[in-house]
Amino acid sequence: MKIKLNIWKQENPKAKGKFVKYELDGVAEEMSFLEMLDSLNEKLIKEHQEPVAFEHDCREGICGSCGLYINGRPHGPGDEIGTCQLHMRAFREGDSITIEPWRAKGFPVIKDLIVDRNAFDKIMAAGGFISIDMGQAADANAILVSKEAADKAFDAAACIGCGACVAACKNSSAMLFVAAKVSQFALLPQGKIEAKRRALNMIAKMDELGFGSCTNTGACEAECPKGISIDYIAMLNREYLCASFSETE
Amino acid sequence: MSKFFTSSIGQKFFMSITGLFLMLFLLVHLTVNSLLLFGDGELFNRAANFMGSNPLMKVIEPVLALGFILHIVYASYITLKNMLARPQKYKVTNNTKVSWASKNMYILGGLILTFLVIHLINFFWKIKFGTITAISYDGGKTELHDVYDLVSGLFKGWWWYDAIYILGAIFLFLHLTHGFWSAFQTIGWDNDKWISRLKTIAYIYAIIVAGGFAFIPIFFLLKYVV
Ligand code: HEM
Ligand code: SF4
Ligand code: FES
Repeated sequence: MKIKLNIWKQENPKAKGKFVKYELDGVAEEMSFLEMLDSLNEKLIKEHQEPVAFEHDCREGICGSCGLYINGRPHGPGDEIGTCQLHMRAFREGDSITIEPWRAKGFPVIKDLIVDRNAFDKIMAAGGFISIDMGQAADANAILVSKEAADKAFDAAACIGCGACVAACKNSSAMLFVAAKVSQFALLPQGKIEAKRRALNMIAKMDELGFGSCTNTGACEAECPKGISIDYIAMLNREYLCASFSETE
Repeated sequence: MSKFFTSSIGQKFFMSITGLFLMLFLLVHLTVNSLLLFGDGELFNRAANFMGSNPLMKVIEPVLALGFILHIVYASYITLKNMLARPQKYKVTNNTKVSWASKNMYILGGLILTFLVIHLINFFWKIKFGTITAISYDGGKTELHDVYDLVSGLFKGWWWYDAIYILGAIFLFLHLTHGFWSAFQTIGWDNDKWISRLKTIAYIYAIIVAGGFAFIPIFFLLKYVV
């Protein structure tokens, strides 16, 4: 099939950037969205034009790097998928597709469709870890964890840090990401020790980096490729409020 | 704790608490107003005058005003900061499926505020500072403000006042369908079981409160005009 593309092009972080229109023929339904972009780039290179820069790595929905805002939705049409899991059968002959980078103060554009998601690493560095003793590996079952807590922590740990929650949110809030990261530790005994500091520091970092605050629209949950529930945001709020009211430092 | 007041969750906490407080106030307000529907006004006049002269109200009134002011100040601050968190907008507007009200809380709040100003000028101001006819139910021993006359006069005299009050109730309804459960989510009183319950209670609450307030002008139209 033949499609029309309208893609954001931006030379570097400081450049102004603009939309460029492309037409692409020979798009097969079974191509993934990224393969479609590959074929566009092959065509552009053959024509001695600058290819479109976009980020990708695993191409199987586990690395979180393929964030594209396609026709008004992060990762395009379809639920609980990354862009790499979106296929061209979601589109029809003659469709026009507008592709934009994530837009958020915390995610500045590096080039074209690639944004800098370093802010998420900074939030993780502020508290998204646990401290353990070095030395011999501990007995795996020495600390008991309830099945419920393990399941819930595991669901939170499914977050791949893609940033779709920020991209979808009208407030560019990173609350779903932070909620998943805070909860995955707070639910487990190993994470309890630093739980208060973790919630306080990660939220402070999130605020500092220019992400908005959560007004519970639920857009994040609707667009999360891993189906992370806003249940975790309630949990984060609880963690944060309790930590604030009982903090002694 | 010092960081709490400036943190995103801390600020949302105050929105939530003030919102919950305002929702409680609406219930009390509606309960008193529902007396307008019964009898020839004596019941409502007694209740309104009791509320007006009650010393407790001297304390509650400023607290209520503060509740509104804090809610509005935090709403404005948070909304502005959230807009600044996306300096460059998308070309294609977001079409993720979320409730319309949840995306338009500030606009709905602004419309409610506009209504509130009209409402205060109409009633609160006149009762507090204006002249208002007196009425007595015990042969002149005690005189009460005839607030019933004021309210019914307005609603049967000018149809567009009825329209404004019905519109105000619609804006309030939309604000509350999201606000009610959102307030619980913000203070952490929510999980994957409670979310659907809270959303259902939100609709019940919003229908009762907004429906109740909208019914009063409709009642007067039916009673006196039609
Ligand atoms: C009787 C009047 C009002 C009631 C009962 C009320 C109630 C609420 C409640 C319960 C919330 C949810 C709080 C949360 O999510 O934590 C809320 C949110 C909000 N209110 Fe109001 N409100 C009223 C008037 C106003 C006014 C006058 C404005 C603004 C001018 C306003 C602006 C907002 C905004 C922007 C939000 C969204 C904040 C958010 O979702 O995080 N409200 N309101
Ligand atoms: S919470 Fe979901 S949308 Fe947000 S970063 Fe994690 S996986 Fe992506
Ligand atoms: S490329 Fe890794 S999640 Fe899409």
